[in-house]
Parts: sequence; structure tokens; C-alpha cells
Amino acid sequence: MRNLFAIYSKELRSYFVSPVAYVIAGVFLFLSGYLFRNILMQFNWWCLQFAQRSQMMGAQGMPNLNLNEMVVTQFFGVMDFIWLLVVPMLTMRLFAEEKKNGTIELLMTSPISTAQMLLGKFLACLSLYSIIVALTLVYCFILEAYGSPDWGPIFSAYLGYLLLGGAFIAVGVLASALTENQIVAVLLSFGMLLMLWLIDWSASFAGPTAAKILQYLSFIQHLQDFQRGVIDTKDVIFYLSFIFFCLFLTTRVLESRRWRR
Amino acid sequence: MIEVNNLAKYYGEVAAVENATFRVEEGTILGFLGPNGAGKTTTMRILTCYLPPSEGTASVAGFDVVEESMEVRKRIGYLPEQPPLYNDMTVLSYLRFVAKIKGVPGGQLNGRLDETMEKTGIAHHRHTVIGHLSKGYKQRVGLAQALVHNPQVLILDEPTVGLDPKQIIEIRELIKGLGSDHTVILSTHILPEVGMTCEKIVVINEGRIVGEGTPESLMAELKEGESLRAHISGPVEQVQPLLQSIDGVVEVIAESGDGEKEGIYTVATVADRDVRDELARKVIDGGFGLRELRPLDMTLEDIYLRLTTEEVSA
Repeated sequence: MRNLFAIYSKELRSYFVSPVAYVIAGVFLFLSGYLFRNILMQFNWWCLQFAQRSQMMGAQGMPNLNLNEMVVTQFFGVMDFIWLLVVPMLTMRLFAEEKKNGTIELLMTSPISTAQMLLGKFLACLSLYSIIVALTLVYCFILEAYGSPDWGPIFSAYLGYLLLGGAFIAVGVLASALTENQIVAVLLSFGMLLMLWLIDWSASFAGPTAAKILQYLSFIQHLQDFQRGVIDTKDVIFYLSFIFFCLFLTTRVLESRRWRR
Repeated sequence: MIEVNNLAKYYGEVAAVENATFRVEEGTILGFLGPNGAGKTTTMRILTCYLPPSEGTASVAGFDVVEESMEVRKRIGYLPEQPPLYNDMTVLSYLRFVAKIKGVPGGQLNGRLDETMEKTGIAHHRHTVIGHLSKGYKQRVGLAQALVHNPQVLILDEPTVGLDPKQIIEIRELIKGLGSDHTVILSTHILPEVGMTCEKIVVINEGRIVGEGTPESLMAELKEGESLRAHISGPVEQVQPLLQSIDGVVEVIAESGDGEKEGIYTVATVADRDVRDELARKVIDGGFGLRELRPLDMTLEDIYLRLTTEEVSA
């Protein structure tokens, strides 16, 4: 536990002493702020339209304007795509840099297990991710100030984000362990994430069984329940087992040096 | 303290190390000598549990490097050829991190850090970011990293490479001082280094151990005869046969000179035979001038070249 924490704090520290954490948080918050503003403007426009029409036609037959559905869900839907682009940049250095600098020799010859080293790094990256994601709560407070959003789905969406981020980071960590070149690590993890993102597209053209499997593997499908306010154990287990699987593969990759005789 | 038996490591078809067997007693400094690419780093990486051996066994303090890797890793301090430093950390935070992952108990942590920094002479740089340090200081931080948990065994891969002469002397003195408390293995391709710091030498070439022993015993073992250097005036074609004719002379090599007026010769003789008096007499009697005559001591350089050059081993 002590070893794990030593690695954890070293990693987290190195995000914050370099510009990485600040640049990523800055870029992410700028983009998400821009998107949030536009989504909000769109919602305002709908509200105006509806108000005008209901004056002309009376209140009957008017659909409900739902703040959660039209703003929160939509906002989360675009935010996860930004993370798809950003997470590979957070994870690329985790192992690739250690390999390039030769510091992996220090870690691998120290009395710490591969799992401790890996978990320390994974959790450090997940913490940074969670800090940045938590900053987006500001947008929800803005909604609370001017409207009355339902907080239940918001919290379940954040839980979904934590799990999704864990899965993204696990993929990134695996890619980083495979190479000593950070650019290769970024591209590998980006490719894998995008593939997992779009995998259910091909479900429409596959047989019934294959379609089910492909849909199950899709990252978006599992996230949508969370955004609607449903916490389904099926989805939680999907993300957790995916994280576990990727981290397991990573330990195998890291230890493979010790098998090659 | 360290035992290596029939160790071999293959990278595909290529053997980096083959049939290596040696032992290191507690408290000695062993010099691992060999040209670049001889297999020094590979052997050290096996001893530090970074790489597994293909064949054979190695143990440190009685623990096998494959089976009881964790126990070995607790007892070893390792300085790889490229010091494993995080350039964005300060010296102190880096050493604290290393001490933690090496398992230094919390209560001893600050004491160990101070002692290590004092010993390696980096205490006044404790708050400097490692990336801003000079090469020599980085090497010291690398050494401090290997020492911080007070390991029984220290493995140093080319600790003086890339340093300026003054830094080299300082690092060597430092390593010499460590020999009393630690068992040290140090690799180098620089000869004077082993002569100055090591009590025992293992010479390795192309993955094979070609010599082992103290510097003196290696010299004695390889000494087949004495050599003399003679500077004689006179045409080479006359002087050379004259020297050759002396009883006990094995070989005469004309090293330099213009050939007509004078020449410098290396005269190899059989062991335990001093031919200097006779040589001087013959040269003078022959009407030539003897300008210099001195015995050549076999140096570490000669041993090294003999052990690592193809012609001799063939």
C-alpha cells in the first residue's frame, strides 16, 4: 500500500509540476464551456419559440421542455467525445516515458510488484481526470441558479463518467506500456478508443448474435443509461471488468520482459 | 555474497553472455572489465532481476534472482548506465520517492536521506531540480539513489562514464569508500579504474569470462616472459639479427626509428632470465650505440589486450 501510494503521489505530482495538467484542464474546460454555452443558447431559443406559440395557440398540445434532457444529457453527450481525444494525452507518458528515460529499470529492480506500480499510475491518472471532470459541475450550478434541473440523473451521469474515464485510462495505460514512443502510445490508444466507441455501428450489418456482442462492447451504449439517470449493475460491471481486463493485460506486457529467456 | 553459475543469456540466436561463473565475497569490490558490448550490462541486469537468465543460476545474499526476486531486490542498489532520474523532481523529493519504493521504514527515512546526500556530496543541492544539475552531479544523484536504502550489494554500471577527470577521481574515491560496508560490482571499459578501485577483476569478452582474479594474480598468470625496450643506434638490418642471436631472446621487434641510423626495439625474452648485461656487451662490441635499455612492466593494459584480442585467444 505504501509503495502504491509512493508511485501514486509521484505521478500526480509530475502532472502538476509540468504544464500538462493545466494545459489539458484549460483546453478541456474551454471547449466544454463553449459547447455548454451553445447548448444553453439553443435551449433558450426553444423556450422563446414555445412561449410565442403557446401564446398564439394556447397551452394545449405543447411538449414539455425538459432542462435535463435538452441541456444536461446533450452536454454530457458531447463531453465524452472530448475525453476520447484528451485521455490518450494524459496516459501516453505513464510508461513510455519511463522506458525512454531508463527509469523503468529503477522501478523494475525495486521491491515493488508490477500491480502496485500499475495501480499507482492508473489511480493518479484517474484522479487528475476526476478533478477536471468535477470542475464541470460549475455548469450544473449555473443551471441550478437559473432553472431547476433534476440532480439525480446528473449524479448518475458523473458516476458514468468516472467509470468511462477509468476504462479510457486503462486503454491508454495499456498502449503506453507497449511502446517507448509517446506518439505511438497516443495513436494506439486513440485508435483503440475510437474503435470501441464506434463498434456498435457495425452491429446494424451483423448477424443477430454478433450484433448483440458488438453492441455490448460499445462504450456509448453503456453510458446512455447513466445519462438518463439509470444506474444498472450490468453497465457498472461492464466498465469495471473492462478496466480490470486492460490492467491485467498491462501487467502481462510489463512482466513479459521477465519471461523472455 | 554473489554467486553466478553457468549463466547464459541469449537474445534470439545471439549469445550476450555464455557460461559465466564467478563469485564475489562479502565486502569486496569486483571490477567487471570488458570492451563495449561484451555482456557486462546484461550480466548486471540479470543480477538485479531486470532480465531473467536463459540458462544457469545467479544468487545474491543466498536468494535466487528468479525464484526470490523480491528478496534480492530489497538487498540490491543498482545504478544503470544511464542514471534513472526524473528530471522534473528535486534531488530530495526524488531520493525520498526512491527510499519509499525501496522499503526504507518511515522512521528512518529522513536520517537515511541526510546520510546518503552527505556521503555522495549532494546535500547542498537537495532542493535543486535534477534536470538543472550537471552531468557529474546527476551521476552522484544516481549513486545516491542506489545507496539510499543501505543495500548489502551495490551494482554500478559504468559509474564514471562521461565525467570529466576531476569528477572521475571523486566518484572513484567515493566507490572505494563504499567497499567497507557494501559488496560492490562495478563495470567499466576503462582500465586504470579497476586497478585503482577494485580488489578483484573479472574480464569478459564477447559474452565469455576470459580472466578472473586479483590484478596481481592476473598479471602473474599471463606473464610468459620479460620484455625489454632498447634504443640502439645503427642500421636495423644489422642490429636486429645481433639481438636475435643472444641466448634467451625469443623475439625482437623493431618498433620505430629511421632504419639507417637508429632503431627502437622490443626484445621479448624467456621468463626469469636477465639478458641485459649480455645485450649491452654485444651491442657495444658490435660497434653500435646503446642509448636506452629498460625492462617493460606488464601493465593492466597488456592483460586486457591479451585477454580481449582475437589473436591471443585463438
